[in-house]
Amino acid sequence: MATIVEPTIFELSSPGRLGVTMPASDVPQTDLPDKNLLRSELPLPELAEVDVVRHYTKLSKFNYSVDDGFYPLGSCTMKYNPKINEDTCRLPGFLYTHPLQPIETVQGNLVLMYELQEWLKEISGFAGVTLQPAAGAHGEFTGVLMMAAYHKSRGDAKRTKMLIPDAAHGTNPASAGMLGFSVVTIPSDERGNVDLKALAAACDDTVVGMMVTNPNTLGMFDEHIEEVIKLVKDCGGLMYGDGANLNALLGIVRPGDLGFDVMHFNLHKTFSVPHGGGGPGSGPVGVSERLLDFLPSPLVDIVEDGDDVMEPLYGFVTPKKSIGRMKAFHGHFGGGLVRAYTYIAMHGPEGLKDISQYAVLNANYLQAKLRGTYTIPYDRICMHEFVAEGRFEGSDIRALDIAKRLMDYKFHPPTNYFPLIVHEALMIEPTETENKDTLDRFADALIKIAEEAKTNPDLLHNAPHTTPFGRMDEVKAARELVLCCWLPENYESLT
Amino acid sequence: MTYIPISPTERDAMLKTVGVKSLDDLFDAVPQKHRFPELDLPPALTEMEAASLLNEMATTNENVREHLISFLGAGAYNHYIPSVVDHILRRGEFYTAYTPYQPEISQGTLQAIFEYQSLMTNLTGMEVSNASHYDGATAAAEAVSLAFAQFRGKRKKIVLSPSLHPQYREVITTYSQGMGLEQAGKDADLEGGADALTSLIDENTALVIVQYPDFFGRIYDYTKLVEAAHAKGALVCIVANPTAMVMLKTPAEMGADVVVGEAQPFGIPLWYGGPYLGFFTTKKSYVHKMAGRLIGETVDNRGQRSYVLTLTAREQHIKRERATSNICSNQGLLALASAVYMSTLGKTGLSQVANLCYQKAHYAASELSKIDGFGLCFSDPFFHEFVLCCPKPASEVNDYLLEHGILGGYDLGKDYPALENHILMAFTEMNSKQEIDTLVEVLKEME
Repeated sequence: MATIVEPTIFELSSPGRLGVTMPASDVPQTDLPDKNLLRSELPLPELAEVDVVRHYTKLSKFNYSVDDGFYPLGSCTMKYNPKINEDTCRLPGFLYTHPLQPIETVQGNLVLMYELQEWLKEISGFAGVTLQPAAGAHGEFTGVLMMAAYHKSRGDAKRTKMLIPDAAHGTNPASAGMLGFSVVTIPSDERGNVDLKALAAACDDTVVGMMVTNPNTLGMFDEHIEEVIKLVKDCGGLMYGDGANLNALLGIVRPGDLGFDVMHFNLHKTFSVPHGGGGPGSGPVGVSERLLDFLPSPLVDIVEDGDDVMEPLYGFVTPKKSIGRMKAFHGHFGGGLVRAYTYIAMHGPEGLKDISQYAVLNANYLQAKLRGTYTIPYDRICMHEFVAEGRFEGSDIRALDIAKRLMDYKFHPPTNYFPLIVHEALMIEPTETENKDTLDRFADALIKIAEEAKTNPDLLHNAPHTTPFGRMDEVKAARELVLCCWLPENYESLT
Repeated sequence: MTYIPISPTERDAMLKTVGVKSLDDLFDAVPQKHRFPELDLPPALTEMEAASLLNEMATTNENVREHLISFLGAGAYNHYIPSVVDHILRRGEFYTAYTPYQPEISQGTLQAIFEYQSLMTNLTGMEVSNASHYDGATAAAEAVSLAFAQFRGKRKKIVLSPSLHPQYREVITTYSQGMGLEQAGKDADLEGGADALTSLIDENTALVIVQYPDFFGRIYDYTKLVEAAHAKGALVCIVANPTAMVMLKTPAEMGADVVVGEAQPFGIPLWYGGPYLGFFTTKKSYVHKMAGRLIGETVDNRGQRSYVLTLTAREQHIKRERATSNICSNQGLLALASAVYMSTLGKTGLSQVANLCYQKAHYAASELSKIDGFGLCFSDPFFHEFVLCCPKPASEVNDYLLEHGILGGYDLGKDYPALENHILMAFTEMNSKQEIDTLVEVLKEME
């Protein structure tokens, strides 16, 4: 029997125990529906409020978080999440507005959405922005749907090929796959750029477009990005930009100016919306002029112009050839849009540029400190992240061992085994919200671990040692598939 | 202001280590003519100014707690959220953590989501729940993908109930554009109930989707429909309201293959439509076709019970273009919210909520139908929503109610031209008898 560190909420349950209860009914009693329509039992937990609070507080302490310390997860942009955002998104005017209220009663929400659309357009250089997508991958799917709709509207039915660099996030091919497009992988060259020859060879009149992350997942800004875009456009394709790495580009360059046609933003990366242990995210999408009419429905716009006396009226509009609705209602308003709006408002143009400059400085600083100890396969000035190899000549230590050992030094490990084109990849993104001391301590830990790999490799093989839990048996989880728990079998007789 | 913790001296030392003179020198790879654009954005605000600006925007709204009496539901419901829920959500250990890819230091999130999965399977009666989808509508769309994959794309038809939420239908249509599916059911008889769809199901049907209670609030036992679908080899997805499931026969008892829905009523504020929480539950036999993350129980190398993300081979970061879906971020924190909500209310509190919803709606229905010119559109049993037939167009009735500080309900004429004079009204524990009586009084005086 495995040791139980913290029982589940079901195991903590006790028959008849009460938590928060509801007031008595103040209306005359109506009979319930016919018994055949009712459920026979409700096997849910029974706890007091204090039981619940202690349980979840205890669980929370098993987590590592940005509030605990450095979280250098490549391509995830685990920056500090400002506390004021937690307050603004919980203002009663935002919390308690229903998505189907008449627009006249929610002008505050609509102005916020309209201005955020405008700001994201300005930051990215695009002609239009939808705030509807719920997450980055959802934004990608939105973008790919628009690319498909664009070609279809031109009667161009033979385009079925999506070009995707080998360094791409898995969501890119998965998004293309959702529309049945075939994925053609384009290799990277020795400097971490898209291989132009291979790209030229793949460009023909069956190309839907290309999905590029720039800077890519090696942290490299493509030195030939304009040639890449030209090749794709010359064959009639559209350029998709994966905005996962936008934290490197604020006030640095606008993807729309470079010629991208469509890009998703990850408000939960670049614009400080917290990751929430896996969401909710928020993935608005920007588009160039030629995709404007295909944006999902609805968008926020001014529906009645204002004048000297009256404010304009904001409302919803449907683009002419819209791909349709991506989710119910209007996007991740409270959790995503309000936080991102607060963040952008507090930074202004110079503050946004600072974010990217310092994110890039921090990454280059760490890269410089680790060069010499770890192999950096694509070694040039990086953007907001870089990739090192987590392996050493003549040693069986792997990236996984290094990652786990970092936990003993109280750091969250970098992203590992991604991108797939680097052996034993450790993908490190420090973000701009870390100070020099933290970066120094992290570099020192990695250098010490490299030493330990030589002198005491088992220390790494068995790591972590100081965390509340050790390495997990993932094979057992997949084989036994215990995916939920229940109240104990003899629950009712427990009283 | 910014959140950058680096002093000018430290910056200069770091630039020296990197081997460049200035921050701008780090960007030589960016084409020069596009480098460093001037962004036309408002100047930066301090925290104090931002707090004031946002407060001003929020107070421009009329909200359903301070300004308006609301009877608006239609997929988003105004429920009481126990204080505990937000206190737990505000723990930085939860909300500032990433997806739990490193289980040794993510057991908090992993066990909490495992418990969420367990709460959802116990509520729906199904065998497996994933870790969440973006919302109810996208969860329903993912059910279509599951069925499409189950039949390897060979069955080309889906049957959607005419009383499925119209926005869910739209999202399913958007999502399934690449599948070449035929949709049936939209024009089926609105009064035909659960049986109206049976004749549309054939050997080419991959999936039947019905809502429970349906968009009009009606409660049907779908057991016969499920049997009919299974007889043709088709799968059935029931889109269910979680509050209603506390009281009603479970979709699993009806034989559903997939049960999805919107868990916003379980501890998530209205928040002008999001973020919400799509739940997705199914039978164990479909688990490999299911999209989204899944958490399973295991042990660590110290013999401690623990939890990990499992069956990740279905997902995009492993399988890329052959993944079951492209979903990556889901609604982790809100799954936690709903788990805390369910735990805090528990079996008793949840039953009280469901009963109050039912009682208030039935009292309102009885009082409203006494008013001349008004009546209930359908005679079927209902839970906490019903369709009110009005003597004039719903839009005019709603405008009139709004003048009296009342958010009337959902104007069904927008989606169902034949129901121009009909309002879908929702009632929860938040609606007092007094509010309902006010609604009745105001409507009595409508000219």
